[in-house]
Amino acid sequence: MIRFDSVTKEYPDGTVAVGGLDLTAPDGKITVLVGPSGCGKTTSLRMVNRMIEPTGGRILVDDKDTAKMDAAELRRGMGYVIQQAGLFPHRTVADNIATVPRLLGWDRRKSRSRSLELLERVGLPGEYADRYPHQLSGGQQQRVGVARALAADPPVMLMDEPFSAVDPVVREQLQDEFLRLQSDLGKTILFVTHDIDEAVKLGDQVAVLRVGGQIAQVADPATLLGDPHDDFVADFVGRDRGYRGLGFRTAPVLEPSPEPTVRLGAGVDEVRRSGDQWLLVADDDNRPLGWVEPSRITAPLVTEDLHRGGTVAVLGGSSRAVLDAALSAPSRRGVLVDDDGRLVGTVTLAEVAAAIEQAVGRGKR
Amino acid sequence: MDWVLGHLDDIGSYTVQHAWLAGVPLVLGLLIAVPLGWLSRQYNWLYTPLVVGTGLLYTIPSLALFILMPLLLGTTILDPLNVVVAMTIYTLALLVRTVADALRSVPDSVTASATAMGLRPLRRLFTVELPLAVPVISAGMRVAAVSNVSIVSVAALIGVPQLGSLFTDGFQRDFLDPIVSGLVACVVLALLFDLVIVAATRLLTPWLRTGAPTGRAA
Amino acid sequence: MNAVLTWLTDGAHWQGYDGILQRTWEHVWYSAIALAIAAALAIPLGLWVGHTGRARFLAVNLTGALRAVPSLGLLFASIMVLGSRLDGELATLVPTELVLVVLAVPPILAGAYAGVEQVDAAARDAARGMGMRGSEVLFKVELPCALPLISSGLRSAALQVVATATLAAAVGLGGLGRFLLDGLAVRDYAQMAGGAILVAALALLIDLVASTLQRVVVSPGLTGKTDRRDNALRRLKTTAAS
Repeated sequence: MIRFDSVTKEYPDGTVAVGGLDLTAPDGKITVLVGPSGCGKTTSLRMVNRMIEPTGGRILVDDKDTAKMDAAELRRGMGYVIQQAGLFPHRTVADNIATVPRLLGWDRRKSRSRSLELLERVGLPGEYADRYPHQLSGGQQQRVGVARALAADPPVMLMDEPFSAVDPVVREQLQDEFLRLQSDLGKTILFVTHDIDEAVKLGDQVAVLRVGGQIAQVADPATLLGDPHDDFVADFVGRDRGYRGLGFRTAPVLEPSPEPTVRLGAGVDEVRRSGDQWLLVADDDNRPLGWVEPSRITAPLVTEDLHRGGTVAVLGGSSRAVLDAALSAPSRRGVLVDDDGRLVGTVTLAEVAAAIEQAVGRGKR
Repeated sequence: MDWVLGHLDDIGSYTVQHAWLAGVPLVLGLLIAVPLGWLSRQYNWLYTPLVVGTGLLYTIPSLALFILMPLLLGTTILDPLNVVVAMTIYTLALLVRTVADALRSVPDSVTASATAMGLRPLRRLFTVELPLAVPVISAGMRVAAVSNVSIVSVAALIGVPQLGSLFTDGFQRDFLDPIVSGLVACVVLALLFDLVIVAATRLLTPWLRTGAPTGRAA
Repeated sequence: MNAVLTWLTDGAHWQGYDGILQRTWEHVWYSAIALAIAAALAIPLGLWVGHTGRARFLAVNLTGALRAVPSLGLLFASIMVLGSRLDGELATLVPTELVLVVLAVPPILAGAYAGVEQVDAAARDAARGMGMRGSEVLFKVELPCALPLISSGLRSAALQVVATATLAAAVGLGGLGRFLLDGLAVRDYAQMAGGAILVAALALLIDLVASTLQRVVVSPGLTGKTDRRDNALRRLKTTAAS
C-alpha cells in the first residue's frame, strides 16, 4: 500500500507542483493518476521512490516512511517504468532485465534465468535475450522496460506514461497484455497518464488531478464517467462519457430472439425463403460471418456477398458492446454470441435501449 | 613590456601576415569543401572515400607538409604560397567531413518538400540545404580557424615570417618577451577569427535568433 | 620520388642510435607519455563535468582556449622557463611533454564530458530509479555509454600528438622530426620526405590500432555493429511480435 499524507512539493521559486496530496493506492490494485500537463502527476509518482524529494508531508509504503529509508534501497524494492523505456543501450536485453537482480547481488546464472522467464512473460521470444535495445521496435523496448521493472519481483510498481510513446495499435496491445499480466501478478501499481481513456481502461481506481497537484476526484472508472464530481472533471473526462460509461456496465438482462441463418453456398431460393430484408450467414460451427441482402442475391452465396459492418457482442459482456452490435448491424439486430463465438441470437436496438434504461433507472452499475 | 612597445610595428605586421596565412586557407578550404560535401550527399558511395581520404591528410605533420610543398608546387622554400596551400589542405581535412555531415543533418522531409516544389538540386543546395547546414558548418569552421592560427606558427621553422617568427627569434636569443607576445597575439587572433565566424553565423541564421532554447551559443 | 624510396629502403638508415627504428621508438615514447598523462587528467575531469554538470562552462572555454595556444610558442616558452630549472635531457623533455599534454587535453576532455552528456536522459533516469547510486550510474551506465566519444577524443588527441611530436626535434630531442629538421638543414629532400612519410604512417598505424581497440572495448549495442544475421532476423520478427 502506498499512502500520500498531505504531500507537497514546492520549488525554491515558489511554484507549487503538488499541493497537499492525500491518496492511498491499495494493495494489488492499479491506481491511476491522470490530469492535464502541469498537474503534478509525474512529480507525485517520482516522490514515491524519491527521485524527487517532497518538501512537506509523508509518503508511506506499507506503513513505512520512505523519507527514513535509504533512497537507493527504496528504489531497488520498487519497479520503475518510464515513457522512453530508458533501456541501457550498451547492454543486451537480458542484461538490462537483470539490472536490479545484479544490484541486489544475485549471481549471474540466477539473474539470467530470471531474465529469460520474464522475457517470456512479457511476450517476447527467448532469442531476444542477446539482442541490443536498438534492434527492438518501440513496443518491444517498452515490454523489456516492464520486464526489467518486474525482475526482482517488487511488490510495488511505479509507471510513468509507459505506453505513451508507441503507436495506438501497439499501445492497445500493450495495455491488454499489461492487464493480463497484472491479473496474474497482483502488484500494487501507481500509474501516471495524461490519457483519460487509458486511465479508465487500466485503473481500478482513478485519481484526477488539477493543475497545482490537487485531487479533483478519486473514484473507480464507472463512477468517474457516470458521476463526475465537478465541471473540471466532467470536462476532462470528455465527450461521449455516457456512451463510454456503458463499457463498465455488464449487459442488462436481455432475452435474445432466435435468428435464422444460412450457410455459404446456399442457393437463391433458400436465401429468399425467409422474406426478411436481411439474413444472417454463419459457418458450420454456427459462428456468425455477416449479413446478406436476399433481394440482391442472384447466385449461390459467396463470401463477397457478405456485409461486414456489424460487430458482435458476447452475451454477458458490457452494455456498450451490445449497443454497438445493434447499432452497427445493417438489420439493426445486434448479434450475440457465447464465449466460444457461437451464435446465441439477436436483440433489436429498441430492446437494448429499454434494457439499458432499466439498468440505469435501477441505479445499478 | 618595453620590448613590446619597441616592437609594435613588427608585431603588427607579423599579425597581419599571420591572419592572411591562416584566414585565406579557411575561405579556400570552405569553398572546396562545400562542393565535395555536396557530392558526397548526392552520391552516397562517395561519402566514405572522401571523408576518410581528406581526414588522412590531417595525419601529415605540419612541418613535413610545409617542407614537402616546394617539391609538389615547384615553389621556393620561402614562398608563402607553400603555407597557404598546406593550410588549405588541413582546413579541407576538417571541413569536408563537417560539410558532408551538416548537409546530411538537414531533415529528409525538408529536402523532399523542396524537391516536390520543383527546386533543382543546385538551387535546393543554395536556398535550402546550405542555409540549414550553417550552424554545423560554422562549428567546424571555428575549430579549423583556431587550429589554423596555431599551426601557421610552425612555418617559422622554415623561415616564412608571421607570429611564429617571434618564437624562433626569442628562442635563438634566449629572450622570453617576444615568445610571450607571440603567444598572446596568436590567442587574440584566434579569438578574433572565432568572433567573426560567430557573427557571420548569426547574420546567416536569423531564424535561430528568436530565442529558441538551444545551447548553440556555447 | 625515387630518391625518397632509396632513402627509405636503405638498410643503413634504419639502424644505429640515429636510425629510423630508434627515432620511431623515441617518437612513440614521447607520444605515449603525453597521451597517458593527458588521459589521466582529462578523462576523470571530463567524467566529473559530464556527470555533475558542474563547471561545464569552464570546461568548454578551457578546451577552446587551450586549442588556440600555438604549440611551437608554448614549447619555446616552457623550455626557457622550465628548462633552466632542470638538468640534462629533462630540461627539454619535460617542456616537450608539457606541450604535448596541453595539445592532447582538449579533445580528450571534450570527448569525455560530451560522451557523458549525450547519454540518453531516460536511461540515466531509469538507472537512478532502479536504485543505482551516483557512482554506479557513472560506472555502469554513463561511462560505458560514453566510451565511443571518449575513444574518438583519444584518437584525435593521438593523431595530433604524433604529428606535433615532430617539434621535439626543434629543441634538440629525438623522434622522427629529426629527419625533417636535419634534412632541412642540409637541403636533403629525400630525407625530409622520408621522415614526413614515416610520421604519417606512424599516425595511421596508431589510429588503426586505436580503432581496433575501440571495437573491442565499446559495446556493440552502441555502435550498431550487431551481426547481420541478427538484423535480418529482427526484420522478420518485428512484424510478428510487436
